[in-house]
Amino acid sequence: MMVDLIYQLFPYAIAFTIPLLITSLGGLFSERSGVINIGLEGLMLMGMFVGAFVISSVEALYPTAAVWIGLLAAAVIVALFALLHAFACVTLNANQVISGIAINMIAGAVTVYLARFFTGSGNVQIIRGMPRITIAYLSDIPILGQLLFTHTYASTWLILLILALATFLLYKTRFGLRLRACGEQPHAADSAGVNVYLMRYMAVLISGACAGLGGATFIVTLSGEFNGTAAGLGFLALAALIFGQWKPWGILGATFFFGFATTVANVSQVIPVLAQIPGIYLKTFPYVVTLLALILSSKSSQAPKAIGEPYDKGKR
Amino acid sequence: MKYIVEMENIRKSFPGVVACDEINFQVRKGEIHALLGENGAGKSTLMNVLFGLYQQDRGEIYLRGEKVNITNPNIANDLGIGMVHQHFKLVHNFTVTENIILGIEPVKALMVDTRSASSRIREISERYGLNVDPEAKIEDVSVGMQQRVEILKMLYRDAEILIFDEPTAVLTPQEVTELMKIMRGLIEEGKSIILITHKLKEIMAIADRCTVIRWGKVVGTVNVSDTNEEKLAEMMVGRKVLFDINKKEANPRGEVLRIESLSVLGSAGTHGLKNFSLRVKGGEIVGLAGVDGNGQAELVEAIIGLRRTDSGKIYLHGTDVTRLTTRQRINSGMAHIPDDRHKHGLILDYTVLENLILKNYYLEPYSRRGLINWDYVYTHAEQVIKDFDVRSGQGAEASARSLSGGNQQKAIVGREIDGNPDLLLAVQPTRGLDVGAIEYIHRRLLEQRDQGKAVFLISLELDEILDLSDRIAVIYNGELVGVVNAAETNENEIGLMMAGGRRGAVA
Ligand SMILES: Nc1ncnc2c1ncn2[C@@H]1O[C@H](COP(=O)(O)OP(=O)(O)O)[C@@H](O)[C@H]1O
Ligand SMILES: [Mg+2]
Repeated sequence: MMVDLIYQLFPYAIAFTIPLLITSLGGLFSERSGVINIGLEGLMLMGMFVGAFVISSVEALYPTAAVWIGLLAAAVIVALFALLHAFACVTLNANQVISGIAINMIAGAVTVYLARFFTGSGNVQIIRGMPRITIAYLSDIPILGQLLFTHTYASTWLILLILALATFLLYKTRFGLRLRACGEQPHAADSAGVNVYLMRYMAVLISGACAGLGGATFIVTLSGEFNGTAAGLGFLALAALIFGQWKPWGILGATFFFGFATTVANVSQVIPVLAQIPGIYLKTFPYVVTLLALILSSKSSQAPKAIGEPYDKGKR
Repeated sequence: MKYIVEMENIRKSFPGVVACDEINFQVRKGEIHALLGENGAGKSTLMNVLFGLYQQDRGEIYLRGEKVNITNPNIANDLGIGMVHQHFKLVHNFTVTENIILGIEPVKALMVDTRSASSRIREISERYGLNVDPEAKIEDVSVGMQQRVEILKMLYRDAEILIFDEPTAVLTPQEVTELMKIMRGLIEEGKSIILITHKLKEIMAIADRCTVIRWGKVVGTVNVSDTNEEKLAEMMVGRKVLFDINKKEANPRGEVLRIESLSVLGSAGTHGLKNFSLRVKGGEIVGLAGVDGNGQAELVEAIIGLRRTDSGKIYLHGTDVTRLTTRQRINSGMAHIPDDRHKHGLILDYTVLENLILKNYYLEPYSRRGLINWDYVYTHAEQVIKDFDVRSGQGAEASARSLSGGNQQKAIVGREIDGNPDLLLAVQPTRGLDVGAIEYIHRRLLEQRDQGKAVFLISLELDEILDLSDRIAVIYNGELVGVVNAAETNENEIGLMMAGGRRGAVA
């Protein structure tokens, strides 16, 4: 019974985890370079809109490729949109939190405006989402095959691949070493000849691409329609970034925890064991745990040292 | 080719100040050239120009006889210039290797090749006797080791011209000796060194030539063998400097501070305090000598109430203050000049005005009916600024950050002494300051003593302790080694006691 339940919940939990994961990963790049990205919510929303809009426009022409075109378009356009945040934070030395809030407000307004303009209703629907596939051979592995390789989305594997690439990029390559140095001690990076401004621009750009991808993934796997809100998913991704202590695998754990807990809360009404617990406890559970975790880990926070500080060459 | 570095008519201004004004400066190959000047004279700025962090407004730089245009540190690196900055530029959670290779990482199969870099670093480290572990994380190693990492950074980049910006400011006496040995080794290997400092002793000990800068202008360049400390000091400050502080006979009276068998837990990595007892009387300066990290910080924090005591008692004028809060202790007559003026002495982004009332803003007449009385605060601040000779661009309204180190310290000393305390805890009161400011602060401390106040001076500078103290207590490993009369001891004896030797201990 319990096992069946887990088999049933797992695909949903993963589907919910993945958009969070990629968005959070975007936040990771930005913040490890020293730029706070409260704007994840807005960037994700933008990704949802661009994804939904592009797919709905091209799916008549390219029924199967449409979702992929949508994902790509979302990543590219939202990356460009994130340049706004980079420009404010890196070039203009603006307060990064305020710039992030501005991003959220602009994204909320612009997407709704455009959606109304194009569809009249403000909602953008897509007809075909990402198909679920079962991977040959791998799905025959006992237990894991059932959990991971049956009825999965190709986008899930794409994003897990990006996770692996991101980890490699951050910890093994020259780019990653420099990026992390910019987030910890930009003066050290600068005096070693690293262009702090350029690194931060790139990091914010990557963060936009990831968040856009996250938003569009949410559209093609879970919701199927843009309806003018990201429903706090971007903020959840931000929380996962902190909960995961600014580390890729920590983020994977944190987002999966959110994904699973939220799925449990969502389906609790139809599961006898869980139905006895008042919904409010289940729904707030992940957030309460996060709060507790954040409080407990605040002493040994792994937050990048220079996060939130505009880089100023002259400051001694 | 006579000079390896020539800087001609360099001018560099910042909004409101001309940091370097038509400076001419030449370094010979293979020499240690000292750059001497008070705080704010423009030494760091000049070197930052040479290193490419700042662009000069005017003037030319020649390296090995050729004109160069150094627009960023990468170019400086390529030209063989390396710099150890006053504030180290290291990433705390990176390893030594990662810090050293940052910016010029060797890459193998897309990945940073830390393995080969580490072995090269180990090799250089051994060659120059730097004793650095390439795999250690920066946050786990001592300040002295961090500095050697900075040196390695330059050597790894094959720098020929090494700039050290106030390298000894953060070091213990032992580490200073060690550093000088390393510098001599570097010279033997054919490097040229520019040593920024305001410590005359060091120049006399190690430099070949010395260029003195005052207010952004070169006063002159001299051969160290042709000069002495007095002459250098006079060039630097622009007037005769009195080396012997005119110290009157102490006139100790009643006991002000009594510490009885105090034990304090240390923060990780340092010794706590064990069963420490000491008395300080009014009208005397008691110096506490010891190598950094032997319990001084714990002792000071326990006295002022910033750290919980384990056992033992602290009395002020015979009253037990062990359980009082810091504010209560301040109000019963304690004052504290902290050793880190940026961390614990000032709020850098506040104005001087605001910093001066940090301790008493809530008291009459600074506040009235819960609101700060800015008019009074302002006049009061102007008075302190005048009395303590705090120089700043915009007077009381200047932000503390914009002041030079010496003036920041004078503001702190002013704030602490202004409250007319009975006990003044002075922790490294002249750390990183120039001769002029040191002389000034020393005079102020003696003045407090002569007014009958108790002064407890905690310092890592043995000279300072010997010059000022009437009695000297020595701490080692959290324990009191002994107390000696300053008149009856010498550097040697104290030095031995600092290493834990109990010779000559007087109860
Ligand atoms: N980045 C900067 N911005 C504004 N003023 C500066 C800056 N750097 C140095 N100054 C000013 O230039 C003068 C010289 O400073 P500096 O070169 O640091 O002196 P030194 O190293 O000799 O103590 C000081 O008045 C200082 O306040
Ligand atoms: Mg300096």
